[in-house]
Amino acid sequence: MKLSSGTVRMIIPAVSLAVLLSAVFYMQPRAMSYTGLNLLFNLAVPIALATIAQMLIMAVNDLDLSMGTFVSFAACVTATFLQSSPFVGLLILIGAIAVYAAMGVIIYLRELPSIVVTLGMSFVWAGLAVLLLPSPGGSAPDWARALMTSKPPVVPMAIVASVVIAAVTHFLVMRSSFGVLIRGVGGNSRSVERAGWSVIGIRAATYALAGLFAVLAGIALVGLTTAADANIALRYTLLSIAGVILGGGEFVGGRVSPVGAVIGALTLTLAGSFLSFMRISPDWQIGAQGAILIVVLGLRLFLNRLEKREKNR
Amino acid sequence: MNDTVPKQEVVAARGIKVAFGAVKALDGADLVIRAGECVGLVGHNGAGKSTIVNVINGGLTPQEGSVSYDGTPGLHGVAMARAHGVRCVFQELSLCPNLTVNENVRVMHADLKGASWRRRGLELVRRQLEETFPGHGIDCDSTVEDLSIAERQMVEIAISFTTVSQRPRLVILDEPTSSLDAGLAAQLMAYVRRFVKEGGSVLLISHILGEILSTSDRIVVMKDGKVVADKPATEFDTRRLVETMGSVVKEHGWKRTMGTKSGAPVLSRPALPGSTIQLEAFGGEIIGLAGLGGHGQTEALLDLYLSSSSNWWPTREPKMAFVAGDRGLNGTFGLWSILKNLSISSLKALSSRNMIDADCEDEVSERWKKRIEIRTPNMQNPILSLSGGNQQKVLFARALATTSKVVLMDDPMRGVDVGTKQEVYEILRAEAAAGRTFIWYSTEMDEIRLCDRVYVFRDGAIAAELVGEAITEPNVLAASFAGGEAA
Repeated sequence: MKLSSGTVRMIIPAVSLAVLLSAVFYMQPRAMSYTGLNLLFNLAVPIALATIAQMLIMAVNDLDLSMGTFVSFAACVTATFLQSSPFVGLLILIGAIAVYAAMGVIIYLRELPSIVVTLGMSFVWAGLAVLLLPSPGGSAPDWARALMTSKPPVVPMAIVASVVIAAVTHFLVMRSSFGVLIRGVGGNSRSVERAGWSVIGIRAATYALAGLFAVLAGIALVGLTTAADANIALRYTLLSIAGVILGGGEFVGGRVSPVGAVIGALTLTLAGSFLSFMRISPDWQIGAQGAILIVVLGLRLFLNRLEKREKNR
Repeated sequence: MNDTVPKQEVVAARGIKVAFGAVKALDGADLVIRAGECVGLVGHNGAGKSTIVNVINGGLTPQEGSVSYDGTPGLHGVAMARAHGVRCVFQELSLCPNLTVNENVRVMHADLKGASWRRRGLELVRRQLEETFPGHGIDCDSTVEDLSIAERQMVEIAISFTTVSQRPRLVILDEPTSSLDAGLAAQLMAYVRRFVKEGGSVLLISHILGEILSTSDRIVVMKDGKVVADKPATEFDTRRLVETMGSVVKEHGWKRTMGTKSGAPVLSRPALPGSTIQLEAFGGEIIGLAGLGGHGQTEALLDLYLSSSSNWWPTREPKMAFVAGDRGLNGTFGLWSILKNLSISSLKALSSRNMIDADCEDEVSERWKKRIEIRTPNMQNPILSLSGGNQQKVLFARALATTSKVVLMDDPMRGVDVGTKQEVYEILRAEAAAGRTFIWYSTEMDEIRLCDRVYVFRDGAIAAELVGEAITEPNVLAASFAGGEAA
């Protein structure tokens, strides 16, 4: 049977997660338990949400370099306003999502490179976050704390959350009409426009949706850490891009996979734990994490080439 | 053709004028399409075919003239055209490659709504494909990028003919058979006839005249932005169509060098599949690449260029220079001065010990400024301060200032005024006489006639080679348009 390019794209992330997970279990059999799995994966939940946000932006051929500072900002709002006066906090977060939608419109109308606009915005978010929380502090709203530390029966929270995120976004991006339009804009925005759709509207909605997921990432992060800091999620910018690519997405062409993106985020988180289990000193960990990324992406390029050769024959 | 009552107008465009800058794309063209007829539209490059299609489908608003749908003049625009059942299959494939077939149906048809749109979309496109291309064997569940080019074209055509909530009234097919083989093309033409018989209308654009003659009820011939003939298809045959497309032969006071092919060719490119003629060029020749736009001429030029230059190391004396046609895309450096734009290709020759010799650079640029008459007070001005024609001159000077013996030109005179053209032609002639070889892809007949030898391209391969006096408009046209037998 001939595999479709979508299936091929899903194989690599799934296999790499499985390989890493079995390596971790082999080295540390005690991780194969309810608490073990939860500890391994609970920090993956906010990363998965941020990865989904990045994936939405990448689905319309853009790139968001402000993801890390925006998630930090959302975390600071969560730990301060959303905790003390929920209504004001909610308004701030809705305003931030509206700014995301406006960014999508401006980038399209003025034909600006998204990288430049989002890089500029990243300083705005970082500044706002520092204004809110000049030093680490604040506290998590009780409901966020309760949600992130809840203990569902049999399967730990981190796994349940990942599956729910993957299922919801899969439905939203891969199955719904709106998702088709998002990916259509990424694939061939001219033909979407010729068919009578408003590309501006689609892009604004996509950016707003990405903003929403990034806000959820901030809330989830504070729910886990109980306090926030203006620099809490700076790593998320690159982690989220790596997660999308690792999960089979591509920078252009509207080729994205929400399930893959969640798996990519899990793999990245696991890679950190795996290296700790290997007793690699923290000094080398970032480099080693990069090496894992290169190996996985190299595998993917190799598969793509095989596929192309198959097609040409 | 035997009914006396005029059929209802689906679309009527009258007195349309469209200009892009100084170039008049449409100069008072009329095109009326009625219900239940297939109109064939033919014309050479730049005749205005694509422009009038864009006016009809609402993508382009004309500066003058009126467009009315169903006989009632009203608002203009993509949404308006679609609301009146106008659908368009574009020459370049316009599906979203990353989506599946039924998702593309959803994008193209906003009225495919409801919970079960996936299933219904799939059913619709399957039924339509079966009707248009019986026995097609396309897997409608796959993503478009997994389909072959021909299959993509078939799917796009089927999607355009599909009825979701509203039947298509007029389907515009712009070169619909460019990737289909003869059997599929015949199936499509048979379907077009059935569709027309049921009361639909089709506007058919094709370079295969056999298709146009056998399928259309009426043929409209365009030339230079005007409609020059609008008659029933029965009054045409291949020869008469080609004659109508051509223009009155203008005299040119030009003497070809008629250089005898001597010695080994400066460069050659083996014949591609589908052709027996190989491309060869000898010293001092001006070779023309003719044919309709997008039939492989640019690819041939790039092929020649890449085969002679290394990807890795710059060479001190490049064998070939390239004059780009699309200035904005791959010609000018928008932020640089005229001087830097001119000298970029010959920096190696202008520098000593890897440092650019500024005096030498100035001297070369002043020389070319005089020779090619770049109209600027100062070569330090930014390139974008020049008019389009003068920017193009700078690109010519860039190529000619190098020491390379071969110059490739990718339709460089697009949108350049006549005066500038004449000046550049003179210089080309002089340079050729000095032993340079020019390979010139042009979409303009006047320029093709200036060449010593012409290769006419069709469907990516060379269809004919014309030499000297045989380079006439009828000959080039006849070779660019396939006859009926090659459908």
